[in-house]
Amino acid sequence: MSHVDLSRYSFTGGESAAPIEDLTRLSHDDQETLVYAGIDVHDKKVSGAFMQLNHAGVHCHTQQEGLEIMGIQQALALYDGLPQHYWKILSPEKDEFTRMAHDHLNGGYFIRARKGVKVEAPVQSCMFIKGDHAGQSIHNIVIVEEGAEVHILGGCATAHDAREAAHLGITEYYVEKGGKLTFTMIHNWTDSTTVRPRSCGVVAEGGVFCNNYILLKPVADLQMYPTLKLNGRGAVARFNSVLVAPSGSHVDSGNRIELNAPDTRGEIISRTLTTGGTVINRGFIGASAVPAKGHLECKGLILGGGRIHAIPELDSCIDGVELSHEAAVGKIAQEEIEYLMARGLDEDEATSTIVRGFLNVDIMGLPEPLKKAMDRQISKLESAKVM
Amino acid sequence: MLTIKDLHVSVGGTPVLKGIDLHIAPGETFILFGPNGSGKTTLLMTLMGFSGYEVTQGQIIFKGQDITHAPMYERARLGIGMSFQRPPTIHGLPTGRLAQLCDRRGGADIRQMARRVHFDHFLERDVNAGFSGGEIKRSELLQLMAQQPELVLFDEPESGVDLENMALVGHTVRYLLDGMPDSCQGTLRERKQRRKTGGLIITHTGHILEYVLADRGQVMYQGKLCCEAKPREILDHIAKHGYQECLRCLSGDMFGKITEAPLS
Repeated sequence: MSHVDLSRYSFTGGESAAPIEDLTRLSHDDQETLVYAGIDVHDKKVSGAFMQLNHAGVHCHTQQEGLEIMGIQQALALYDGLPQHYWKILSPEKDEFTRMAHDHLNGGYFIRARKGVKVEAPVQSCMFIKGDHAGQSIHNIVIVEEGAEVHILGGCATAHDAREAAHLGITEYYVEKGGKLTFTMIHNWTDSTTVRPRSCGVVAEGGVFCNNYILLKPVADLQMYPTLKLNGRGAVARFNSVLVAPSGSHVDSGNRIELNAPDTRGEIISRTLTTGGTVINRGFIGASAVPAKGHLECKGLILGGGRIHAIPELDSCIDGVELSHEAAVGKIAQEEIEYLMARGLDEDEATSTIVRGFLNVDIMGLPEPLKKAMDRQISKLESAKVM
Repeated sequence: MLTIKDLHVSVGGTPVLKGIDLHIAPGETFILFGPNGSGKTTLLMTLMGFSGYEVTQGQIIFKGQDITHAPMYERARLGIGMSFQRPPTIHGLPTGRLAQLCDRRGGADIRQMARRVHFDHFLERDVNAGFSGGEIKRSELLQLMAQQPELVLFDEPESGVDLENMALVGHTVRYLLDGMPDSCQGTLRERKQRRKTGGLIITHTGHILEYVLADRGQVMYQGKLCCEAKPREILDHIAKHGYQECLRCLSGDMFGKITEAPLS
């Protein structure tokens, strides 16, 4: 991983940007970028939305009682600095990026689903970067109270014309007893963006956390390793990732699950495709209580150069734990290609059909417009002959 | 429709097929018998054009075109379809989507076809992911129905299928071959007249003969074809004597001249 010189980026300016009440008034290009990052400005089926533009929260609304959405600074002021949740499971001292986010907080969101509130339509959130050498250091807090349910689409994007941007994102997730959080993150960077998210979540008794991650576009340098701690009996965590690294992308992405209570289950599934870029695909499941089950699956395809380095890890020192992993790096099986060719598909059609299946995001339960956007994105990969 | 001339095929450098001659007329169904390892599957795989099956001599002509070295998809588009015995799983590709891809002419009612093989509840499932033996067969038949080939290659349609599914598979194979709906028996003459699709079927048990109308059959033994006869007669003979007669036949001076199974 290359060294990141944070002094090259500007983490100030534009803090008092005018709110954008109506996101449909953004430029067509920006709207398009947002769609690919999970925000459909025309989608009426949302329960709330939050948008951050560089250093200012510019859009925020909620349509459901019991669902709070606001900027992090506002939440800190309103709730006495959020003593139970702000920098509680991540430390500002972790590295230079957490320190920057601590010392130069640019914003971020606070989303809380109150006890028992089941939010059906997804919440859209977006971190957007525009301009050259813009740095963005934000802190998000998500709280799902007892028995509540919420699905958050977290998009992050840089504008088409933004050069040399940096995104540092701290996120702390709290899923309380019996709560359910689905968090789908879609990254839509450019080939000159540096990205350093730092995320951690705790899940209490009977809670469920499903984390989906999609990266189909180039990025200069991304490194992240979100951690979920299952601290309550019967808690469940699942990570699904689909990521593509074209030439020039350097992606170091991992997921970590700690099974700290009896009857907990964790699953990490990742599909990675390189067409010339580098992917370091990490995964870790550790268990310190039994019974506990964990399964880790990382599969990588190399099509036309690039590198995939899979590092699956399982760790436990107690009897009766059940952890397994399955890792593969390679090419498309000839057997699969020939199976499809016997049905009349030529080799290119067969290959792209298999790769499309490999990069399957259907299991993530995405809203229809987003699913279509992802389909279009995969078609673009096909037509660009990268697969 | 299909003419094979003096076909020699090696797999991994080892000769497996040693001079196959075979002709299948349009709409005709031909049954291939033979012990394990005799080269039956190799013949089917070679006809379909799989990698690893090297034609060292001879020719395959389909609909007047020499397809000996044609890529698989060209053979498929020309009208050859194959039912796989152990097809691979393709994750993320729903079975219904694959059936649509098979339908290159477009316009096939996939759901209706799926209902015919009791597979309409599987259309959303990934291709062959966790399918049982019977489910694989039904999935393969669905794809073939969508593909509408003019020559169908079946490798043991009855293997791994329970009795109830055997009837379903049998009726569907027949439907593929002669286009007759299940409920319509038709006279033999009618069935022959309506037949448009040819078939090359490998069978060990002969169960499939209960369902399809097949006039000709032959035994493959050690990479050669011998003993052409009516499939029923071959089956009865093998049931009584096993394949040892084939060895005697192949090594004897009658080799190549026998047109009728040597019934005792």
